[in-house]
Amino acid sequence: MAENGKKTAGPAGQADFTRQALKGEKRWGAGVIPYAKMGYWEPDYTPKDTDILSAFRITPQKGVDPIEAGAAVAGESSTATWTVVWTDRLTAYENYQAKCYKVEEVPGSDNQHIAYIAHDIDLFEEGSIANLTSSIIGNVFGFKALRALRLEDQRIPAHYLKTFQGPAHGIVMEREYLNKYGRPLLGATVKPKLGLSPRNYGRVVYEALKGGLDFTKDDENINSQPFGRWRDRYVHCIEAVKRAEERTGEIKGHYMNVTAATMEDMYERAAFAKELGSIIIMIDLTIGYTAIQSMAKYARANGMILHLHRAGHGTYTRQKNHGVSFRVISKWMRMAGVDHIHAGTVVGKLEGDPNMIAGYYDTLRDDFIGINPQNGIYFDQPWQSMPGVMPVASGGIHAGQMHQLLHYLGEDVVLQFGGGSIGHPMGIEAGAECNRVAVEAMIKARNEGRDFMKEGEDILKKTARTYPSLQQALDTWGEISFNYESTDTPDVTPTPTS
Amino acid sequence: MRIKQGTFSTLPDLTDDEIKAQIQYCIDQGWAVSVEWTDDPHPRNIYWELWGMPMFDTQDASACFTEVEACRKAYPNHYIKVNGYNARYTKQTIGLSFIINRPEGEPGFRLDRTELNDRHIAYTMHSYAAETPHGTRYQGNGSGPEPD
Repeated sequence: MAENGKKTAGPAGQADFTRQALKGEKRWGAGVIPYAKMGYWEPDYTPKDTDILSAFRITPQKGVDPIEAGAAVAGESSTATWTVVWTDRLTAYENYQAKCYKVEEVPGSDNQHIAYIAHDIDLFEEGSIANLTSSIIGNVFGFKALRALRLEDQRIPAHYLKTFQGPAHGIVMEREYLNKYGRPLLGATVKPKLGLSPRNYGRVVYEALKGGLDFTKDDENINSQPFGRWRDRYVHCIEAVKRAEERTGEIKGHYMNVTAATMEDMYERAAFAKELGSIIIMIDLTIGYTAIQSMAKYARANGMILHLHRAGHGTYTRQKNHGVSFRVISKWMRMAGVDHIHAGTVVGKLEGDPNMIAGYYDTLRDDFIGINPQNGIYFDQPWQSMPGVMPVASGGIHAGQMHQLLHYLGEDVVLQFGGGSIGHPMGIEAGAECNRVAVEAMIKARNEGRDFMKEGEDILKKTARTYPSLQQALDTWGEISFNYESTDTPDVTPTPTS
Repeated sequence: MRIKQGTFSTLPDLTDDEIKAQIQYCIDQGWAVSVEWTDDPHPRNIYWELWGMPMFDTQDASACFTEVEACRKAYPNHYIKVNGYNARYTKQTIGLSFIINRPEGEPGFRLDRTELNDRHIAYTMHSYAAETPHGTRYQGNGSGPEPD
């Protein structure tokens, strides 16, 4: 890549005549020429409104010119191969070649650069996440000339967005379906997540929903195991859901995980969930983008909310220098059409810098997200009228953090208290009740104009005088917090987790 | 039983001042406040009776509360809720909705099961209150049993 290995990295972002695209015979002679010289580096390029834009964090190998590295990513994610091919000339190749148009060094980093690349909309099949990702992240991540590569963010133009279904229902329709407004929804994952018989499993669902939660949830890895087969689990769970509705007079749901080995199996399970009257089904990220889009179509056609558990994402989203940022996964999943997605808690047990998580939540919920380096947002992203996805906060959260959860995550979110309900010393129903009481009290205080972040503990303590279940929760978990340094942080001044 | 619909149904009933504070919040958000009542609290009944139109132009919480009081006077033993409606593009939905009046006795629901094949059960929620005709429900007693 570096010309004969001698060229050193020049000042990033500046055009260099040695990287100018070659013309005529020099361009088309057989052999290997740098990607930058093949036209994949175009510093004067003004992206079109219809282009798909990507920001890659590139860490070139020692001695590799970062601009050539950016051009290589542009090349290999579009038309290029390692050597010149004359058959390019049978095409309008200038149109199909992706263009790296800007490379910026990340301040204070160890040879990291952000490469901005524009892909023409015609490179992608309409409405296909699989096709989009096969180009954008298909080949380039294994490049020898790069030590590491990360897809930080993408701008998806409205022209392309509109070829996707989007969320089966979206936040607004989900709330109207549930008839629940003005507060975060509450859920819990049934624990222990593996091993319970269907009958015992349904007991946990009943107690938690009766106590005040809106949803209970299968965990990602509960599908159809020897200790409990899917059909038996569904039958018991729906009995629990309906009984809890009768006892409370409000709509309840249990996310029936339909994740299975084949699409045929998933359709069979989803169809049975629908037949039983379940309002929501669930899939795991591990089923793949195409299966997710299929289930999104199914969920819309059959009136069930679609919950997505992001199982496996940590393998490629967590490290700051390599992989795909979760904000990109969030974007793809909104396009693919899920209604719920796990997106971090800030205060819980799983990775999550507050600024990064704000970026994910904005990407999932807002109509328009403006460039915001502090939250890791590299492009303006308009969503037109595509509905928002309800983010789900799950993993190590409890009632004593309610003010922080509301502060960081807002109101359109499902807060899932699995251990925080089921592990309550007074029982599951009391555990569920304390979470419901805490969220209502916090929303009420916020709406009354109180500084709930500052007064949060006080608000909870006063509410707990009337509700022993909440007092018990505060006594048991009040001091529990998970303060570890995040691995995925913004380049721009991060604020520490409080 | 206490029906757990609305944003604040688990907390104790809101006082008048607390109701006004929530109305003020809705107004501050730019939402239209409206009042609705019903004698059919089935969770799938989304069309409660309108107590007038949403108050799109009323910027005064006390004026809105006057309507709350008037509705409560007319239907002292019915369910009444206050909604804040957010007409913003891509929202166009309710932002806040909370019950501010309930019947003295809430008989609640019964779960009817129709047994089908293969352990499949079809469920229907039966409202005790709806056993008597509209206009005669929640007359203090005779609305059915009230379990815990």
